[in-house]
Amino acid sequence: MSTDSSAPRVAPAWRAPLVVIAIGSIAWWALPDQLGLLTRIAITALFVLSLDLVVGIAGLATLGHAALFGAGAYAAGLFALKASGEPLIGLAVGAGAGALLALASGAFLLRYHGFTFLMLTVAVAQIAASLAQKARDWTGGDDGLSGFTMGPLLGRFAFDLEGRTAALYAIAVLALGLYVARRVVDSPFGLAVRGIHESRARMAALGTPVLRRLLAMYTLAGALAGAAGALSAQTNAIVGLDSLSFALSAEALVMLILGGAGRLHGALIGAVVFTLLHHTAASINPYHWLFIIGAALMVVVLLPPQKAWGWLRSRLGTKA
Amino acid sequence: MQLLANVLIDGLAYGMVLFIIAVGLSVTLGLMRFVNLAHGAFAMIGGYAAALLTREAQWSFWIAVPVAVAATAALGAVLEALVLRHLYRRTELEQVLFTIGLSFFLIALTNALAGPQVQLIVLPPLLAQSVDLGFRTLPAQRLLVIAAGLVVAAAAAWTVTRTRFGIWLRAAVDHPDTAATLGIPIRTVQCASFAAGAALAGLGGVLGAELMPLEPYYALKYLVLVLVVVAVGGMGSLPGSLLAAVSLGIVETASKYLASDWGGLFFFLAMALLLAWRPNGLLKR
Repeated sequence: MSTDSSAPRVAPAWRAPLVVIAIGSIAWWALPDQLGLLTRIAITALFVLSLDLVVGIAGLATLGHAALFGAGAYAAGLFALKASGEPLIGLAVGAGAGALLALASGAFLLRYHGFTFLMLTVAVAQIAASLAQKARDWTGGDDGLSGFTMGPLLGRFAFDLEGRTAALYAIAVLALGLYVARRVVDSPFGLAVRGIHESRARMAALGTPVLRRLLAMYTLAGALAGAAGALSAQTNAIVGLDSLSFALSAEALVMLILGGAGRLHGALIGAVVFTLLHHTAASINPYHWLFIIGAALMVVVLLPPQKAWGWLRSRLGTKA
Repeated sequence: MQLLANVLIDGLAYGMVLFIIAVGLSVTLGLMRFVNLAHGAFAMIGGYAAALLTREAQWSFWIAVPVAVAATAALGAVLEALVLRHLYRRTELEQVLFTIGLSFFLIALTNALAGPQVQLIVLPPLLAQSVDLGFRTLPAQRLLVIAAGLVVAAAAAWTVTRTRFGIWLRAAVDHPDTAATLGIPIRTVQCASFAAGAALAGLGGVLGAELMPLEPYYALKYLVLVLVVVAVGGMGSLPGSLLAAVSLGIVETASKYLASDWGGLFFFLAMALLLAWRPNGLLKR
């Protein structure tokens, strides 16, 4: 970890979000037929980014992150259905629901470590999924929650059928989320959480309230995951039970590891690569997709990206 | 009363299937410290092998099952010897990713070879008939499952605690270098334990085919259930796994009988409560 305090070599927090906005705008302008895919990539990236705060930064391996995404999605959907179609308030409601669930479940989960923690996160997500399935009156059960319409963004930009507004909206929220995450990770609080990742005992001995710091980070990640869920609900105008599924949690973890955990931009790269691969392979045959992702996972572990890059660099270095 | 008896017997059979599959995972996870999420795929392969041998090749059930189990063991041994042993010293996350990738790969392969439909294992007449227990009739297959679970539990406990192989295994796990210095063939021990775990998973896949239908997504669908059993029972604890499997099996069966529209809620609620009460396993304080 390059957390040497004598020489902080930290890129400004606004740089990465600007890159995201630039690339996103170019893609938006150049590929008008693929706006749905672009929106999905931005939402997935925000979700994986929030997972990186938990797994990569705080070092808590979780397989139940979809619970926070689903909470945000259902909250935003219900808010649009029962209260108001204003998207930004809906986004805040979704983020709040994700944060609230993270705070409540984290207060219970974070007492446990390792494998027990991992399995308890699975349990929390599965319990949330069962409750959503059972509460048909609220969530629509297996049919999904639908029938809500979104008002125009900022009172001016209506959500159009081609998804032009939706794509820009998702990219803007992703850039904002990335900015917040970067600021938090580089703050003293973020350093404390990274310290807990490396050694709980030492941070506790230094006087850091370990549980409270972890809970705060988990709650923040919950807010980002909830915001991603809200975006998904608002841009698709439907919330299904799959937004709480184990598969979503597992896929997000796979994306994070593919891109590299603990560095924030790795989460974005993983989400983009995975979603694009999924989109291309699954349109041919869903089982082809499993072949590809299965093989990709095995190769990534046997030949880790860092090692492969190092090998490539040394080869190029000796040649030059 | 009748209902209670039904729940207890079906839950016991379900729990025994979970236990037979979970034993191997508990050993690799708890004793060898290797997170093998491809364990569900081993169960699936055992079940598929038995289904294909009994149905396509018309083999007798009693021959097909040992052959299917042996094939799963051989596959486990080959995988361990070629690839997985290089991952023993990697981080848990890398082990998880590799074995999940392996599961995905095997799911796609199974689908490519056998198609997406559910596979049925042809039962011999002896098992297809029902047995009258006095208060209810029961498929003979259920009784075989329960008996097999008890035999596996006894055999596994005896092997780990009483035999030289069990001592070697525990020595190889606790102090691999010391064990190797003392002349214990730790590579053979690791490979054989892994193969035995895979074989048991295969047996569980065969015996549980009526309760957990064999289809390509089997490998992931029931993996969570098996992981839950291992976590609640405590990694590496055989009696803990048996207790966890049977109690969770009864909870799951009861919720299917009494509250089927709640889905897996009670199963996971029970799991969360048990884990919160005894985070290191039911029988470990």
